[in-house]
Amino acid sequence: MTLADTKPQSPSQPQPNAQSLSFDCETGNYHTFCPISCVSWLYQKIEDSFFLVIGTKTCGYFLQNAMGVMIFAEPRYAMAELEEGDISAQLNDYEELKRLCLQIKRDRNPSVIVWIGTCTTEIIKTDLEGIAPRLESEIGVPIVVARANGLDYAFTQGEDTVLAAMAHRCPKTVDSVEEKEERNAIQKLLSFGNKNNKEEATPTESEYVDHHPLVLFGSLPDPVVTQLTLELKKQGIKVSGWLPTKRYTELPVLEEGYYVAGVNPFLSRTATTLMRRRKCKLVGAPFPIGPDGTRAWIEKLCSVFGIEPQGLAEREAAIWESVEEYLQLIRGKSVFFMGDNLLEVTMARFLIRCGMTVPEIGIPYMDKRYQGAELKFLEQTCHEMGVPLPRIVEKPDNYNQIQRIYELEPDLVITGMAHANPMEARGINTKWSVEFTFAQIHGFTNTRDILELVTRPLRRNNNLKELGWDKLVRETAKV
Amino acid sequence: MKLAYWMYAGPAHIGTLRVASSFKNVHAIMHAPLGDDYFNVMRSMLERERDYTPVTASVVDRHVLARGSQEKVVNNIVRKDQEEHPDLIVLTPTCTSSILQEDLENFVERAQLDARGDVMLADVNHYRVNELQAADRTLQQIVQFYTEKARKKGTLPTTKTEKPSVNIIGISTLGFHNQHDATELRRLMTDLGIEINTVIPEGASVHELKNLSRAWFNLVPYRELGMLTANHLKDEFGMPFVDITPMGVVETAHCIRAIQTILNQQGVEVDYNSFIDEQTRFISQAAWFSRSIDCQNLTGKKAIVFGDNTHAAAMTKILAREMGIHVVLAGTYCEYDADWFQAQVSEYCDEVLISSDHGVIGDAIARIEPAAIFGTQMERHVGKRLNIPCGVIAAPIHIQNFPVGYRPYLGYEGANQVVDLVYNSFTLGMEDHLLEIFGGHDTKEVITKGISADSDLNWTKDGLAELNRIPGFVRGKVKRNTEKFARERGFGEISAEVLYAAKEAVGA
Ligand code: SF4
Ligand code: SF4
Repeated sequence: MTLADTKPQSPSQPQPNAQSLSFDCETGNYHTFCPISCVSWLYQKIEDSFFLVIGTKTCGYFLQNAMGVMIFAEPRYAMAELEEGDISAQLNDYEELKRLCLQIKRDRNPSVIVWIGTCTTEIIKTDLEGIAPRLESEIGVPIVVARANGLDYAFTQGEDTVLAAMAHRCPKTVDSVEEKEERNAIQKLLSFGNKNNKEEATPTESEYVDHHPLVLFGSLPDPVVTQLTLELKKQGIKVSGWLPTKRYTELPVLEEGYYVAGVNPFLSRTATTLMRRRKCKLVGAPFPIGPDGTRAWIEKLCSVFGIEPQGLAEREAAIWESVEEYLQLIRGKSVFFMGDNLLEVTMARFLIRCGMTVPEIGIPYMDKRYQGAELKFLEQTCHEMGVPLPRIVEKPDNYNQIQRIYELEPDLVITGMAHANPMEARGINTKWSVEFTFAQIHGFTNTRDILELVTRPLRRNNNLKELGWDKLVRETAKV
Repeated sequence: MKLAYWMYAGPAHIGTLRVASSFKNVHAIMHAPLGDDYFNVMRSMLERERDYTPVTASVVDRHVLARGSQEKVVNNIVRKDQEEHPDLIVLTPTCTSSILQEDLENFVERAQLDARGDVMLADVNHYRVNELQAADRTLQQIVQFYTEKARKKGTLPTTKTEKPSVNIIGISTLGFHNQHDATELRRLMTDLGIEINTVIPEGASVHELKNLSRAWFNLVPYRELGMLTANHLKDEFGMPFVDITPMGVVETAHCIRAIQTILNQQGVEVDYNSFIDEQTRFISQAAWFSRSIDCQNLTGKKAIVFGDNTHAAAMTKILAREMGIHVVLAGTYCEYDADWFQAQVSEYCDEVLISSDHGVIGDAIARIEPAAIFGTQMERHVGKRLNIPCGVIAAPIHIQNFPVGYRPYLGYEGANQVVDLVYNSFTLGMEDHLLEIFGGHDTKEVITKGISADSDLNWTKDGLAELNRIPGFVRGKVKRNTEKFARERGFGEISAEVLYAAKEAVGA
């Protein structure tokens, strides 16, 4: 039995009424992380990089405290803290940045310095894009400028701004055979000692179907990169490169006409840049999260390259079967997304396929085009599972949402960190959305990990249920 | 522009929000971009707060920038006033939104027309002051606002409480062990027969503020938060205050004697000397510990202290005066209040360091190689790398500073806790003598002067073989001392001979 045959069991389930998704924009006061938080995972992913966040103490304290990014022996990120003289433009931005970047070059010698613009550089209109090329040629270190500020973006979109900026730096052509060999040589050098692993990931050419080059974009932990690459290899699809790479010096070649596909729903600017500026062809597909999404993603790529997918249905079914014990915990239960990391639609689609219902999907920003295939897949999933379509609320108002949560009494709320403890104290099960940002959730293999996270509050609270400690605040304390 | 890797104190708005959200039924509206509202995360996650943090971000985005923010800010204030009926709404920008140079005072006036509760703008220069200064200022501003309000209404009390009473000023959310300290101070005051008039801001209602002057005196346990308020109350009502941090047995006694003087001056005949004596010698374990044989082994051990003014100064005094530990360096990151720190600690340590650059203090630790550090989470981190134990004595706060069990730093129970912290931070035991031969205690890793430099020395085969014969728990230390010795004497290679020469030299 695959999951698609299972219907939610709750009898009180309202019948699907709307036939298509509804979108609201509350433009409310909501909590999410600042997009500069992407520094915390990108500096680890791109090992020869240095991230310089050009902003105020407020930005710096955020990275330090909320993200808990501790500086280690060889810090590869820092704040360029703007002081009064910078704000009042008494100091020369170029000279100031030059001084800092020279120091970084001397101390850390990175292959690239990524400047992260912030709200402050937006407000005082620092011309980072203008300064960078001049400074780059003067100090001889590539400088990539990403404006990951909180005025325009939310949380994970920070990564989008960085990848969009880096897309400009991918080599245009594989110039000569020598250069290619050299790149491979570095690759070999790096994978030294890691042989078995690498051999698997770099199979002989004959195993692949002859197709247009494909580059994937989105920052994923290395094991997940390997998993997805192998998954595509099984279908004869060769991944020519990933944006980003482990090393800046090995950014993938992007020639006009290359195919590109994203692995995360928050990468719309990168997608647009790749299409418009690099003339690549974007493959629009649901995102490879959950066995359903992974299968749909691979199928879409196969169809683009004219490949008949092999064994995907069986693969998906096997995964569902292997996680049945988790599904039993959540089937027929409801989950409310307050909105935080832009993974909400994808996660909701997956959890609905698992048998859950979703009354509301809050999301900081909704790009209906880039997420188009995912939204359609969500609709289709709801219809197939016979559950109502969720209401999608862009820029939600957290206060209003909390009132709705009190009314709807969902079994689980996926929320940012600010609201989790107060809701738990009121007997509402919560899971932090950030955990899904940092956990390995992509591909067939990691389905169990997502479900492990999703079911943890339910399992924990089942364990505690006997104690009858549901509400740990006095009634009057209710908002 | 300044390259910054680490901040000991947060930006100004954090201080304002700490004070505002400590009060009961006060809401803060933060006029700021989306990503600035992480205060809510800190409070909810670190304090494990059960209630929603009473702070709402009135989000500044592109759209608001273009249209001006007045309407949005005013709407948000009025809306919050209706939704939750707070007594007071405090509006604060962050250093980012303060660049917009808007007339926030005017927004507040506009909002006040429609709001039933009070509305105020936190009057803080977000570029010039840090979290601690802003917290101090905001508390004073709120206190002043409500005294003036009561004065206008003619509701200011004119009499003192019947029995001697105190206001404890400066207990706040996200303060270093503040909750536990507050409990301990309440107990101490009760033991002294002093009533608690109010504790502010934590858990206080703004309605209580007009009654502050009913107390006989104010107690400001922390230098960083409360001094402005205490001075203000002194100017306004002639209220005396005690600003001696009751941390450690000696300073707790000082603090109590200062309270006694104040009460005596107001005509109350109290004599706390026998209480102090009883506590010090028989009830508290701290003084006895200093005398016990365990503590003998601490004599002359080298330590470094670093933190905020309050805790670094108090800790320096405890180590030097109460335990006979050699404080080589005492430092603070409260650069804005450096003179006070100098005056407090100079006689108890060799060096004073005033800096908010974690690299400077890190290098000092590597250079001095103390037997233990008493610092912040950052120094604990540096200590981990250098294999030097570190007891955490000051903010920046960390989840570990919110233990579920009772862990005050102030008062007599606080003194006990500090003793445990000190004792556990040093490696002690029967083997001490053995370790002493090699110049100190067990560390596992080789380090050099800077905190990140690599070893440039080679060990010969016989040198290594010899090193490996040394018991594991001191091997690291021997290696380190030998390398240091070799470097000083200019040996490029370390053979067995060099190792023994070093042992002799260091052991001598
Ligand atoms: S929202 Fe803007 S000012 Fe705030 S932390 Fe993010 S970039 Fe900095
Ligand atoms: S590490 Fe070894 S020497 Fe040190 S206290 Fe423990 S047993 Fe004693």
